[in-house]
Amino acid sequence: MKEEDRLEERNPMEEFLRMDRMPHIWCPGCGLGTVVASFAAALRKSQVDLNKVAIVSGIGCTGRVAGYVKLDSFHTTHGRPVPFATGLKLANPELKVVVFSGDGDIVGIGGNHFIHAARRNMDILVICVNNFNYAMTGGQVAATTPIQANLSTAPYGNFEYPFNLPYLADACGAIYVARWTSLHLRRVTKSIQEALAKKGFSFIEVITPCVTLYARRNRLGDGLNLLKYYYENSEIQHGADTRTLDIDFQGKIIVGKFIDKEKPTFFECMNTHLKKVLGDKYRPYYGE
Amino acid sequence: MKAVKILNGNQTIAEAARQINPDVVAAYPITPSTAIVETIAQFKADGMISSEFVCPESEHSAMSVCIGAAAAGGRVMTATSSQGLALMWEMLYIAAGLRLPVVAAIVNRALSAPINIHGDHSDTMGARDSGWIQIYSENCQEAYDNFIQAFRIGEHLDVRTPVLVGLDGFIISHSAEPVLIEDDREVRSFIGEFKPVFPLLDTSRKITVGPIDFTDYYFEHKRSQIEGIENSPRVIEEVGREYGQKFGRFYGFFEEYRMDDAETAIVVMSSAAGTGKDAIDELRSEGLRIGLLKPRVFRPFPHEKIAEALKKIKAVAVLDRASSPGAFGAPLFTEIRSALYDYGQRPKIVNYVYGLGGRDINVEHFKEVAAKLQKIAETGKVEEMLGYLNLRE
Ligand code: SF4
Repeated sequence: MKEEDRLEERNPMEEFLRMDRMPHIWCPGCGLGTVVASFAAALRKSQVDLNKVAIVSGIGCTGRVAGYVKLDSFHTTHGRPVPFATGLKLANPELKVVVFSGDGDIVGIGGNHFIHAARRNMDILVICVNNFNYAMTGGQVAATTPIQANLSTAPYGNFEYPFNLPYLADACGAIYVARWTSLHLRRVTKSIQEALAKKGFSFIEVITPCVTLYARRNRLGDGLNLLKYYYENSEIQHGADTRTLDIDFQGKIIVGKFIDKEKPTFFECMNTHLKKVLGDKYRPYYGE
Repeated sequence: MKAVKILNGNQTIAEAARQINPDVVAAYPITPSTAIVETIAQFKADGMISSEFVCPESEHSAMSVCIGAAAAGGRVMTATSSQGLALMWEMLYIAAGLRLPVVAAIVNRALSAPINIHGDHSDTMGARDSGWIQIYSENCQEAYDNFIQAFRIGEHLDVRTPVLVGLDGFIISHSAEPVLIEDDREVRSFIGEFKPVFPLLDTSRKITVGPIDFTDYYFEHKRSQIEGIENSPRVIEEVGREYGQKFGRFYGFFEEYRMDDAETAIVVMSSAAGTGKDAIDELRSEGLRIGLLKPRVFRPFPHEKIAEALKKIKAVAVLDRASSPGAFGAPLFTEIRSALYDYGQRPKIVNYVYGLGGRDINVEHFKEVAAKLQKIAETGKVEEMLGYLNLRE
């Protein structure tokens, strides 16, 4: 074969990935790779300066993202990526700071940080991959597990009310809230692009198949079966009232962009307020 | 019926928990201890235990649930590892300060950063001043025996102090071996009924738990807390003896292995002691008079007994699976060296930090230490007091 005819085995997103860390640890059929690919596509399309993007992850299967992207990244502790990201943003407001982590991390153990960052409208983007369970530790019941779903610490089904994440983010003050599944590849990409352009606390939930644990324990088939379920059961309702977005076990998933508004960010509030109180004595802070 | 079962460390602890049937179990998943709570969750779901089982949103909350349940008058337990124990840190002091005998199985694992899921003792050593009793296990059988005894020790009315039982992450938690599981009824009769002291659920007597205590009485209350752990050595001995009489396996503060005529000795806790004993056998067959001492109870530290056991040895190496950056030696070493201070005749003593983040320690490494001890014993000179084992530098 001539050299120029040779098909190159290259990942189309190679410029965004640490190829020396491949192969990744995710299971075949897992939705995480898709979300990372969407994220990379969004970065490419938004043409943001990659030197000004930082990724922060916590612990869990999604937490591994920080180690795989070829960007400044921070693999933090369980539940704390949001405060780490807050610190990063405060010290260097020029950065686009993106928290990329799982549901267990962001709204389980780290829920407190999440609600407060949203409340103060910290200028960060939180991408929360929701696979309805604590996957890295082997599939335990989480704050997002639908009622009835079976997991190792809920062997006969979950009976606790799960979070409705867009409603939570909305109620806490997020200025951009969207939900997709990993089937909605291009929509996820578009949402990330939009959110990257926003100023303030943005939140994107991406529902993904955890084939190895959630799907297997609940006999839902493989990755493809779950994508079919998303295909048949997700309904796009932009602007839907976030109170109506609960997810029942294998029930309908309402997806779309629910909130897209403007609100002064933490920095703007701080500078306006202190300027008003202190007058000329105050030097507005934007990180210089 | 008692039976030998093939279990790993996590299953062993869950099996003991099934027999003990605590009132409340609260735990959050973390590698490598997750399987303990998963198994307990299954027991609960199958109606094999009557315990209330709670999955809170963090380890901090898990320990808080345990404290609430213990204050209410319940027998409670949890299990965690590493970052999970670190996150419980605030609550560990509360449990100890309130004299609530919570029992925790800690599957020992390294602390971040960098992130590592494998076994070392950084987590429990970080909790060494929290007021908890600490007991370490060499293998699954010891983890089982220690876990059962922990309830008796912590709940003793003179002690009333929380107890943690350590077992090495992966090496013990995930390795299956034959474990003798005693008869359910025998275990229950050994444990006995739980007797709550000032339970909040006793509504005939109204009490406030944990209120403010400033310069007036805080110090006295702290002193009386310390009384609990100071009373525990007697209870640990009694319980260990009674356990032996009932089940045939006797427990004390430490185990001495071929120490009788030893000139040199290696001190090492937990799973590495198993490897160490193999090394000692080989070294003995090569003619070296060397022994091994394996501490089981680290808090309260059995300083007098350990010093008595080591005072006539010529050279001792203490192996620590945790570091204490900036300190004069790692935790076990500093305790032992300090315990020997008052003795006119005492060994030369060196410290090796080993196995951080799950780094292997094998027979060859023990032999390396033995060779160094031999040289120290012959020359009376210590060239390097603090070192590392199996580390690339
Ligand atoms: S365990 Fe589940 S979430 Fe984790 S990589 Fe596998 S499929 Fe994905």
